[in-house]
Amino acid sequence: MSSSVDKKAAKGGSFLIEEVEAQSVFTPEDFNEEQILMGKTTEDFVVKEVVPQLEKIENHQFDISRDLLTKAGELGLLGADVPEEYGGLALDKISSSLITEKFSRARSFSLSYGAHVGIGSLPIVLFGNEEQKQQYLPDLATGKRIAAYALTEPGSGSDALGAKTVAKLNDVGTHYVLNGEKQWITNSAFADVFVVYAKIDGEQFSAFIVERDFEGVSTGPEEKKMGIKGSSTRTLILEDALVPKENLLGDAGRGHVIAFNILNIGRYKLAVGCVGAAKRALEVSIKYANERQQFKQPISRFTLIQEKLATMAAKAYASESSVYRTVGMYEDRLGALSPEEQKDGSLLAKGIAEYAIECSLNKVFASEVLDHVVDEAVQIHGGYGFMSEYEVENMYRDSRINRIFEGTNEINRLLVPGTLLRKAMKGELPLLQKATELQNELMMLMPEELSDEPLAQEKQFVKNAKKIFLMIAGLAVQKYGEKLEHEQEILSNVADIVSEAYAIESVVLRTEKAIQQKGAEKAAQKIRLAEIYCQEAFERIEAHAKESIVAIEDGDQLRMMLSALKKLTRYTPINVVKKKREVAAVLLKEEKYVV
Amino acid sequence: MNIYVILKRTFDTEEKIVIENGKISEDGVEFIINPYDEYAVEEAIKLRDEHGGEVTVVTVGEEESDKQLRTALAMGADKSVLIDDEDVEDGDQFSTAKILAAYFEDKEVDIIIGGNVAIDGASGQVGPRLAELLDIPHVTTITKLEIDGTNVKIERDVEGDVEVIETSLPVLVTAQQGLNEPRYPSLPGIMKAKKKPLEELEIDDLDLDEDEVEGKTRTLEVYLPPEKQAGKVLEGELDDQVKELVSLLRSEAKVI
Repeated sequence: MSSSVDKKAAKGGSFLIEEVEAQSVFTPEDFNEEQILMGKTTEDFVVKEVVPQLEKIENHQFDISRDLLTKAGELGLLGADVPEEYGGLALDKISSSLITEKFSRARSFSLSYGAHVGIGSLPIVLFGNEEQKQQYLPDLATGKRIAAYALTEPGSGSDALGAKTVAKLNDVGTHYVLNGEKQWITNSAFADVFVVYAKIDGEQFSAFIVERDFEGVSTGPEEKKMGIKGSSTRTLILEDALVPKENLLGDAGRGHVIAFNILNIGRYKLAVGCVGAAKRALEVSIKYANERQQFKQPISRFTLIQEKLATMAAKAYASESSVYRTVGMYEDRLGALSPEEQKDGSLLAKGIAEYAIECSLNKVFASEVLDHVVDEAVQIHGGYGFMSEYEVENMYRDSRINRIFEGTNEINRLLVPGTLLRKAMKGELPLLQKATELQNELMMLMPEELSDEPLAQEKQFVKNAKKIFLMIAGLAVQKYGEKLEHEQEILSNVADIVSEAYAIESVVLRTEKAIQQKGAEKAAQKIRLAEIYCQEAFERIEAHAKESIVAIEDGDQLRMMLSALKKLTRYTPINVVKKKREVAAVLLKEEKYVV
Repeated sequence: MNIYVILKRTFDTEEKIVIENGKISEDGVEFIINPYDEYAVEEAIKLRDEHGGEVTVVTVGEEESDKQLRTALAMGADKSVLIDDEDVEDGDQFSTAKILAAYFEDKEVDIIIGGNVAIDGASGQVGPRLAELLDIPHVTTITKLEIDGTNVKIERDVEGDVEVIETSLPVLVTAQQGLNEPRYPSLPGIMKAKKKPLEELEIDDLDLDEDEVEGKTRTLEVYLPPEKQAGKVLEGELDDQVKELVSLLRSEAKVI
């Protein structure tokens, strides 16, 4: 990476120890005209072409999915991440994320789309050699051929490298012979090209480009699933499958590099989709609450319904702010690469890997926000929400998988402190030094006087959340050292603290930027959402911290640390009941998610 | 072929109308290409693809109309012109037609396509007025258009019936629903639109004086339709119900 890149783009994880400027983050208020237009085309396509077909798609009429993907290809929607020389559009990451967000309205069809453009095509975009790119990308970018990704096996899910599928070079040295079974392969009913992971000679974990028509390749029966029923899910069966040796993707034994990088991208894209789905569920719920009459009035008049809507909105705001901030960082880093460097997939992958922590945080956060939102959406709909003809019933079932695939939320939680620690050890992030500094500071901590400016309290939350992270992570490292990896509850708590810290900071920065651009009056709803979200999140941070301290320490040290935590968490609470009514009033008037 | 589209920026069809200080508030409102004008854009692009030539999209309106022009360019139009009417007082259909006529004065025109009506003002006047000023024939609410040389065959919607008309170029037509299915701007189209010309003109550039185009109409009052009242279910013998209904229509609704 050139030094100019490092200066411009924030380092992954650095938000925990640095103060971030509002002007340096990307927010959804910063979309340019062209990006908005691309979002609109996607939305129009989805609403007019896909939504009317969803019932049939969900009844497994996959020829419709296939046709719709072709149509999407004609509009250029499949080429966003493919370089121009291979028939793509090479859009910036902000445009491609907005397209992904808008696709979420297509529910399970968005999975078909996502699996094709994301985990299906990207391994070739990023790690394919020139011949492979020329051979596959033009067809993938236009939808002439559809891609799928085959990593998981019956016996290896989270433990992806434990794959049993084997590749052996044949005697004449022309083909790899693949044997094994891959499981839960999205798009498997109609995909033409599969990126398949197998171990060469049972040892070297590697990726291959496998065509459906190759000898020995077949798919199993369609799975019966809880949700996302409109996405095709089958096993991929490899029985002496003959794969030309030119179709080895990347180097032999380096498949894990491809797999982990693709997972990072998959994670942030999943988070973007969750943002879109959460906004949709909220909108449907607001409209329903205004329409549904009980006790001779719309149920939206009841403050308990208003409370639900406002909480959903605050969470959606936090998740949208966090995710687009990450997309912006990613774009900063990749956008700063020269056109020559842009062609180098490994540099692109490195750019994403830099934000592995943020990708995991977003994945966990956005999928859990969505689960909360769809759950309350069903609740607001009452009995009707339990009926299949209502959209929220479907969204509720579809949401659940997000916490499981692309790395379970548990695995992703564990990755956060693990990666932070590795970065600290490698000297990329001065975490240990900061933790030591904090220990001295904690002894002399004095309450700070807050200004009357909007967000003063919320900025204080951000600062203290980061200190709480350093305190808990520092204590854990001190106490457990190398054995910390066995303390999964503590690690998960640390991840949650980091996650909430990232969320409240993203909310504060976005809101601050809006105030700077349009003034506090125009940002009134954002300020309310920020106040609600930050206070409730900070209380969760405190609870995670407290539980961790009690688990780690005892005796005098325990008392001392609890009192330090008390100092860091002292604040005058706002009346969230009132704030939420104010937020709900705006939502109900506009009948959609507005910030 | 020199194909022109006249286009208007309007409120999104899903927007709720809010009146503030006697005016319709534009605060936070989303704007779109008037849906009938979208048919016009689509038809123009199809004509060009069939007969060759160039599609120029023209709008009279505020500066922000450039977004709708960009959308038309992204759909496939070649050029666009924005005539800023900010300085025109009480602009109405007269003003717009007059401004457009001045713009078209020195242009070689084969066909001008507009929407049958704008979904905001809904006057349906600008097209016919412009044709009169340019002294060319016009056909409104068209649902089918065939051009062969200079011969033009048109089907138009007449309150649900179809009228077939033959005329010749140059002509001005306005599009009715059913004429075509407007395309979405494709992503490559959106990227290309950035580089297509968008000419911005002021009234002065057309050798017009602001007074000449000042509106001929005055808006006295702006108000929302009355809110829908709860319905009434009549009861009793059928004869009595009919009598009651008739009497209510006379006394309450005052429609008979």
